[in-house]
Amino acid sequence: MELVHSSIPLYAVFASLFAIPLILLSSRHPDLREMWTMLAALTKFVLVISLLPDALAGRILTTDLVDISPGVSLSLAADPLGVFFALIASGLWILTSLYSIGYMRGLREKKQTRYFASFALCLSATIGIAFSANLLTFLVFYEILTIATYPLVIHKGSLAALQAGRKYLVYTLSAGVILIIALAWTHQIAGSLDFKAGGLLDGFGLQAGTAVFLFVLFLAGVGVKSAIMPLHSWLPAAMIAPTPVSALLHAVAVVKSGVFGVMRVVGFVFGPVLMREHGLDFLLAAAAAITILLGSLLAFRQDNLKRLLAYSTIGHLSYVVLGAALLSSAGMTGGLMHIAAHATMKITLFFCAGAIYVHLRKENISELDGIGKTMPWTMGAFTVTALGLAGIPPVNGFVSKWFLGLGAIEADHLWALAVLLVSGLLNAGYFAPIIYRAYFRTPGKNSGTSEAPAMMVAPLVITALLSAALGILPNAGVHFHDLATLIASTVLGSGR
Amino acid sequence: MERHLPVLIPLTLLTTAVVIPLAGGMSKRLAHPLAMVGTFLSLVFAIWGLARVLLEGPMRYHLGGWIPPIGIELVLDHLSSMMTVIILGVALPVLIHARKSIEAEHPEQVVPFFGICLLLLLGLTGIVLTGDLFNLYVFLEISSLAGYALVAVGDRQAPVAAFRYLILGTAGATFYLLGVGLVFMMTGSLNMADLVGLLPHVQDSPPVIVGFVLMVIGIGLKMALFPLHVWLPDAYTHASSAGSSLLAPLGTKVAAYVLIRLALFVFSREYAREELIVLDVIVWLAFGGIIAGSILAVAQTEMKRMLAYSSVAQIGYIALGIGLGSTLGLIGAMLHIMNHAVMKGALFLVAGNLRLKIGHSDLDRFDYSIQQQMPWSTAGFSVAALSMVGIPPLAGFFSKWYLVLASVEQNAWSAVAVIALGSLISAVYFFRVLERVYLRPPLAMGTATVSQTASNEAPLSMLIPVIALSVGLIVLGLLNAVIIDAAIAPLIPARWEKVP
Amino acid sequence: MIEHVQGLYAYWFITVLLLLGLYGMLLKRNLVKKLIAMTILQSSVVLFFVSSGTKWGGTVPIVDRVLGTDDPTKYISPLPHTLMLTAIVVGVATVGVAFALLISIYSRYKTLNEDILLDRMK
Repeated sequence: MELVHSSIPLYAVFASLFAIPLILLSSRHPDLREMWTMLAALTKFVLVISLLPDALAGRILTTDLVDISPGVSLSLAADPLGVFFALIASGLWILTSLYSIGYMRGLREKKQTRYFASFALCLSATIGIAFSANLLTFLVFYEILTIATYPLVIHKGSLAALQAGRKYLVYTLSAGVILIIALAWTHQIAGSLDFKAGGLLDGFGLQAGTAVFLFVLFLAGVGVKSAIMPLHSWLPAAMIAPTPVSALLHAVAVVKSGVFGVMRVVGFVFGPVLMREHGLDFLLAAAAAITILLGSLLAFRQDNLKRLLAYSTIGHLSYVVLGAALLSSAGMTGGLMHIAAHATMKITLFFCAGAIYVHLRKENISELDGIGKTMPWTMGAFTVTALGLAGIPPVNGFVSKWFLGLGAIEADHLWALAVLLVSGLLNAGYFAPIIYRAYFRTPGKNSGTSEAPAMMVAPLVITALLSAALGILPNAGVHFHDLATLIASTVLGSGR
Repeated sequence: MERHLPVLIPLTLLTTAVVIPLAGGMSKRLAHPLAMVGTFLSLVFAIWGLARVLLEGPMRYHLGGWIPPIGIELVLDHLSSMMTVIILGVALPVLIHARKSIEAEHPEQVVPFFGICLLLLLGLTGIVLTGDLFNLYVFLEISSLAGYALVAVGDRQAPVAAFRYLILGTAGATFYLLGVGLVFMMTGSLNMADLVGLLPHVQDSPPVIVGFVLMVIGIGLKMALFPLHVWLPDAYTHASSAGSSLLAPLGTKVAAYVLIRLALFVFSREYAREELIVLDVIVWLAFGGIIAGSILAVAQTEMKRMLAYSSVAQIGYIALGIGLGSTLGLIGAMLHIMNHAVMKGALFLVAGNLRLKIGHSDLDRFDYSIQQQMPWSTAGFSVAALSMVGIPPLAGFFSKWYLVLASVEQNAWSAVAVIALGSLISAVYFFRVLERVYLRPPLAMGTATVSQTASNEAPLSMLIPVIALSVGLIVLGLLNAVIIDAAIAPLIPARWEKVP
Repeated sequence: MIEHVQGLYAYWFITVLLLLGLYGMLLKRNLVKKLIAMTILQSSVVLFFVSSGTKWGGTVPIVDRVLGTDDPTKYISPLPHTLMLTAIVVGVATVGVAFALLISIYSRYKTLNEDILLDRMK
């Protein structure tokens, strides 16, 4: 890997940060304000896209800022994994922004300025997480993300929202503190915090006890955001937030930062050698498998559509974790591709849930009889992506699951394959009743007559089409598949 | 002139402190500008001194030309020049802020108030600069006397709080003096640099041991080290807003500085740790302070009182860094002295803004209207509060980061756990305030008038200091490595571990 | 045991004084008594310095033609005494501030007894 100095990663982080003052200043002119959001989103995406050729060619663009601790600087590096995540986050931000505008105006929500400003800060932090070159930089952005998301979670300001916010803070701040301890310990052992493909702790002769304990600390730190059981319960509670926020939380920024963190920890902090040596891969895989199954089972019990989606997210995040834990080339590729696949699919589902809520004020599945006839576009998109999550081709959920399955075989963990298959069935199981109600039951009284506003329907149709397109051509456009295999090979190939 | 820098810093303050009552006799309006000029000038000298020390190394100033150890010397080295800049750098915005606040709360006492403020600063900078144990006692008492007076200018209960502070503060100073006497009896010297050479010969004799312990207890009282903190909450709560925002960030920190000087530099770290278990005891007291201070802070319903208990906890962090007695621990302690001064300064200033504009700082009566009326003050409060909780990249995170590093380095897992717990509890009491200020629906809906939601922000002279200190927190956070390399690393004794 | 006492009477006296002062400061309920105890405590430290500076066969530190300047052991060290002059000044200032506070407390609460004071402050 060749290191090249460049400021583009920095600009990519700052694009949305600079938009914040502009958003705050134009709080009285909603159109102008939203223009800043869109402008920042587009700029950011273009900047991230411009990093792609270098990443594919094996060049890492880096920016070193000030030292924030002796020997550790605040530095950004656009390595393939970072670019991969940044592409998803910045690409989907454009659509989420578009959708947010429709949603917020549709509901005439208060405090829209704060909402859009926090949103922009979240995205800066997410891109910062993606491009962090070392653990301390990662932690800085990780904590900023925690704080920036809080105003979004409690946006409604109701008592229930406050309680959800408290729960969110308790979990995420505790995770942050645990992560600080893990970092300090790593620094003590390795004398460095720079991410290194193959593991920065590799080669320091860690004792088994130390390795397991340190790994558990890291896992607790990043596991809260990636909702690994039993650290998941903040996520369903946070469903109180407006739907675009849920979409952001689930698909774009927060939980994806968590699983991205897991990838970093597995591939760049511990590394495959250490993971295998101390049985950490099994620990992680077991946690992931339990989360996948329990998350899917709990999803069955939900009547509230968003809560169902939340539990579904919990299950699917652990697909990614499982992919990382398999430590096989195909498994890691599959895990990475599932970050992208789940992002496009889940964002569609949340957009659909939001569109239904804005248009018909319905939140529960039991009220959705016959809705497929009145909102054909929305429910069409919902059906396509729900099937995708269950792993039915040709949606992109199938592709990532296929690689995950291959990875399980490659790693000789057939039980993991079984978990994936069972989970696919469970997914189909909890989505089927919704689709059945929507198309085959006769509409109730207040089911409306028309489709939701175009500003909301357009993004969800786009993301649904995107999911399908990526299922048919996984490597189209931004070369997700190439990037994923490149990452897998650098992580697993080196350190031999 | 550069030669005289060490003495110019306190001398400017002293001169101003004398001039203020005289000029104030002619016109009350002169007091504040004079105080500003004096503080500003001496801040300039302090920065100049710091720059000189960084470029050319420490400088020593022999008062009256007497050569130490006979004469008293002032020492401007990395540690002390940095401390003077911190003290005056925090004092300046606080004094800018003080005018409107003190005019509103105690219009009769404006002139003496600013005079006393300058005396306090004189005492604090003197403590930091002096290289003589007895001279330190004198400055300690100057600053303490000024502190008692500042506390006494407050609400109805203030004199009682001040009297308690006085009794305990004097006890602390007397212990310290007795300790100095015992050490002097055995060594015949009061000069710190001189003592470094003399002490190893006599340090195992009972008088020196007793003297050292007495000095640590005395300083512990002044720095409000748990369980010697009992005077602090009342003193900070009942003092005027302006008085507490000057005392809280500075008073206890300077005592912590004395502890560092004394325990780690005059006496050696090995002595304080291995021969006596003083450092271990300090660590345990620090644990107590962090936990008890944080929990008591959660229980408070008045903002200044909550901040006061939070100070007890923060002093615990500083003491923890000192007690660990390692390079990283000292870095953490010094950084936390600085960061906490800035954070607490900002927080107390916001409390002053609230008292001026809303008329109270009762947490139970906080609601969403505060944020609407005073968006900038609450923004400043939020930044400082997040820094206290330890959210990167704000300054408060980094001092904790070094403390955690230091604890891990020594396998002090209990310390790691206590720091983590303390951070989480501080998140509880700060987020409680933030939640109320930003989200709680207005309580007095029935009596709500239009003006309640209209802007009611504090005047600029009270707003700019708050904003300056909060922006300072971001800058200090990002530049912490620069500060460590330039100012803290050179003061680490050569035989300690290297700065990583 | 006896060697810890013999010839050290002054120090024992000072210790008793010191403990007396501490006891009064912490446990007396009357604020004026607290203040008196505080001055006792301060005085004990002053006495300690002064007595530590004394020595048998030494005289006041003023150069005497008869004794000459060759043998400094013939003079008492002046330093502790001068230090104590400063300490006494500091002490006086403290007592002054304390009395000011006491007057202010009395004028507000009409009592100097701590128990009653606590009651009236509520």
